[in-house]
Amino acid sequence: MDNNFDDIVKKLENNELWDFHGGVFPAEQKTLSNQNLIAQLPLSKYLYVPVKQHIGVEGQVIVSEGQAVLKGEPLTQSSNPFAVPIHAPSSGKILSIGEHVSAHPSGLPELTIKIETDQQDRWLPLTPMVDYQKQSKMDVIGAICNAGISGMGGAGFPTHIKIGTTKQVEFLIINGVECEPYITSDDRLMREHAWQIRQGIDVLCHLLNPKCVVIAIEKNKPEAIEAMEVACKENSNYQVVDIPTKYPAGGEKQLIQVLTNREVPAKGLPIDVGVIMHNVGTCFAVSDAIFSGKPLVQRVVTVTGGAVETPGNFWAPIGTPVSHLFNEANYNSKAQKQPQAIMGGPMMGFSITDESVPVVKTTNCILLPDAKESQTRKEQACIRCGACADVCPANLLPQQLFWHAKGKELDKAQDYNLFDCIECGACAYVCPSDIPLVHYYRVAKSEIKLEQDEKVKADKARERFEKRAARLIAEQEARDEKHRLAAEARKQAMSDSGNTAKDKIAAALARAKAKKEATAKGMSNADESIAPHKANENSGTKASSNERVQAAIARAKAKKEAAQKALQQTESKTANLEPTEISDTDSADSKVMLQDADVADTLDNKDKPAIDKKAKVAAAIAKAKAKKLAQQREEKEAENSIGYPDNANSAVEKNTKETQSDDIQAENLALKKQRVAAAVAKAKAKKLAANSDQVIADDVTTKQDTLQSLDKDNKESQGLDQKKQRIAAAVAKAKAKKAAKDASQKTEDDKS
Amino acid sequence: MSLSFAIFTALCAIGVLALIFGLVLGFAAVKFKVQGDPLVEQIDEILPQTQCGQCGYPGCKPYAEAIANGDDINKCPPGGEATIKKLADLMGVEAKSLDAAHGTEDVKKVAFIREAECIGCTKCIQACPVDAILGAAKQMHTVITDECTGCDLCVAPCPVDCIDMVPVPQSTASWRWDIDKSIPIKQVK
Repeated sequence: MDNNFDDIVKKLENNELWDFHGGVFPAEQKTLSNQNLIAQLPLSKYLYVPVKQHIGVEGQVIVSEGQAVLKGEPLTQSSNPFAVPIHAPSSGKILSIGEHVSAHPSGLPELTIKIETDQQDRWLPLTPMVDYQKQSKMDVIGAICNAGISGMGGAGFPTHIKIGTTKQVEFLIINGVECEPYITSDDRLMREHAWQIRQGIDVLCHLLNPKCVVIAIEKNKPEAIEAMEVACKENSNYQVVDIPTKYPAGGEKQLIQVLTNREVPAKGLPIDVGVIMHNVGTCFAVSDAIFSGKPLVQRVVTVTGGAVETPGNFWAPIGTPVSHLFNEANYNSKAQKQPQAIMGGPMMGFSITDESVPVVKTTNCILLPDAKESQTRKEQACIRCGACADVCPANLLPQQLFWHAKGKELDKAQDYNLFDCIECGACAYVCPSDIPLVHYYRVAKSEIKLEQDEKVKADKARERFEKRAARLIAEQEARDEKHRLAAEARKQAMSDSGNTAKDKIAAALARAKAKKEATAKGMSNADESIAPHKANENSGTKASSNERVQAAIARAKAKKEAAQKALQQTESKTANLEPTEISDTDSADSKVMLQDADVADTLDNKDKPAIDKKAKVAAAIAKAKAKKLAQQREEKEAENSIGYPDNANSAVEKNTKETQSDDIQAENLALKKQRVAAAVAKAKAKKLAANSDQVIADDVTTKQDTLQSLDKDNKESQGLDQKKQRIAAAVAKAKAKKAAKDASQKTEDDKS
Repeated sequence: MSLSFAIFTALCAIGVLALIFGLVLGFAAVKFKVQGDPLVEQIDEILPQTQCGQCGYPGCKPYAEAIANGDDINKCPPGGEATIKKLADLMGVEAKSLDAAHGTEDVKKVAFIREAECIGCTKCIQACPVDAILGAAKQMHTVITDECTGCDLCVAPCPVDCIDMVPVPQSTASWRWDIDKSIPIKQVK
């Protein structure tokens, strides 16, 4: 086997490399922009920082509009492992948090934080981690995550996920290939900041422990190769490899193939073949985050193309609108037939729809081609020449994919491994018929993804529907069972007793029993909710539950009295044993309830379950009463201490209590009055609407009516007014709906 | 003698063979028993699971059963032509155009409750086939957008008409590259 580790290392040392299938050789055009140093872009007045700039999920915005922020201050946070925070690229004030055109081919608005810079560029106090080798790996990874670093080569995969792997890493490949024409941002970065990139590699090595580190740079960047060789001289484990210039040698899977002859499996990751790959820009950002504590707030952007007079590279703060870059590079729109700007390179980039599109973490290039460079010819029919298949670096069959993508045969396109397409654009580049092949694949891919999303949603909906159906059936069964049992009980009672009067009594008893059980249950629940040890706390929730208990007691008492009366009457009329028994227990029960909770001894043993229940009810009532007493006592004390801290005069206290309760009553009365008034107004409105036969309710008049009547009666708080208006409107609507329904029914009736 | 013996042995042999095969078949019937109707399951997989009842059946599963029993495949407006095409492939029948009597294909929508107007009657909650509405009696209700299938069933029961069906807004995640629009990647040769 020729791709085991030792062989690969030996071959790399001899600078023997492999090759990948296909590839193209477009004009490089790199000298346009790589002649000058990376310039610092003057701060733009406004920065538009999109909340999501990487693959994964966005964090929660933790700043608010109008808030002043310092450079490097985090703007989002999240506990989701696939979230990467964003940071303020400069100091200033947050103007708005809202939708802004996104750095995405669609240009659809996305959540963006707009910052007005104060031009002072003041940093947040930074916390470098120079002694990272002494820190735990998790802390270092956490620091990298908190610095907001995601892959800067183009895809934007969160870096902390990649470096958090627990698998054995044989090769750490640093990707400085930059194979796409025109782009020179990595080239300039390596030339000028090779030392810092090396420091970043050191950190990554500490975290990943790779057996070998390969820094891959295309042969067309001799200065960058030299700079990196000098920077890595000290460390024998780092190997700078120059690879042949061929597009797309910088693709992750292609570069792995060139260096190691290993193929990343479809749907797999490089780590599956023991490789981790990072872009040089990412290494630089890691070094910045660890050694100076700076989060990722700027990146190198190449501004190039025939339509700019001074092409070059710029340190652009994240969120800088591209129009600002245009101005800096002296964009000459006359050189273009129609305004056109491409974000990314000519092969894989996309046209941007608006000049205020911001620079994001993955923006490596803004290309402004002149009329000569940007020649678009009309798409013609595929002639089956097969040139696309010859150049495909992923070994796919582009024309087959094209047929199926165009014919919407999505499953067949998937059979031809559509998702292994890296969208490099080599096939479209060589196509003699000028078919935008990659574009067709992108359409097909997005359609398949949408279909899959819908499938997931449909499965969820099905599951919810089935669960709901099962629940409804169970509820229906429970109800039927209850009804059946009740019917049986009635039948039993009927067959047990002889005459109809007795039957009625028995039925009434059964009902009373059922009710009593229900109240007992409710009471025991209430009892649980106010546990004795909580009784001393004077809280609102307890008070309300106490009220509920009192209400429940009142109800239970009323019921019991009614039942007793009925029973006494029946006792005097009939000489039947059963009801007497129960009334006995009832009376005993009530006595017990009045005295204490100790019940069991005094009760008849014949009807045990019922007695037990009653005993519980009595106990619960006794407990509740005790609590109520305690509560009242406490309230009194509290009133004493609050109302009259010096002297606790009981008479005065009573007075205040009464006046308080009077006040409350008066308030309640007023409220009631208002409610009644509102209801009357509503009724009037209804009548009016009904009489005038106006099917559609006039919201405004209804509201006015309500308002007038309300004003007449009383002055109201505004909240109540609005609520009433809403209620009135709702009622009017409901009425109108009903009227419409009635009308339609009437017409139907008339017809029939 | 030999003839009758031959017949006897042949019958015996065939009988034994029949017994063995019978046992094998009986075993296979138990071992490889198929739960439910696989065709219904397959059809149900294709249907969009909005549970809207526009087909005239109380949910997608009942309609799947009806299709398996020979009902028309063009009664599902939420699924539209794509679903009809897939059903036609599965059932081996000709794809028809959508039956207009059951509705027309529309953009994907979700229910939205204007909360200020909600009176808390719970009628929509009872109508929702996928329990996507949250609320209690006399409390404001709201729709769990992620769970809403856009079936429209909650709109009619609302006594105050405070439920709207709003189209799902397009996001960068749900955006499709548009082939007819300008093609972003120009050949810069």
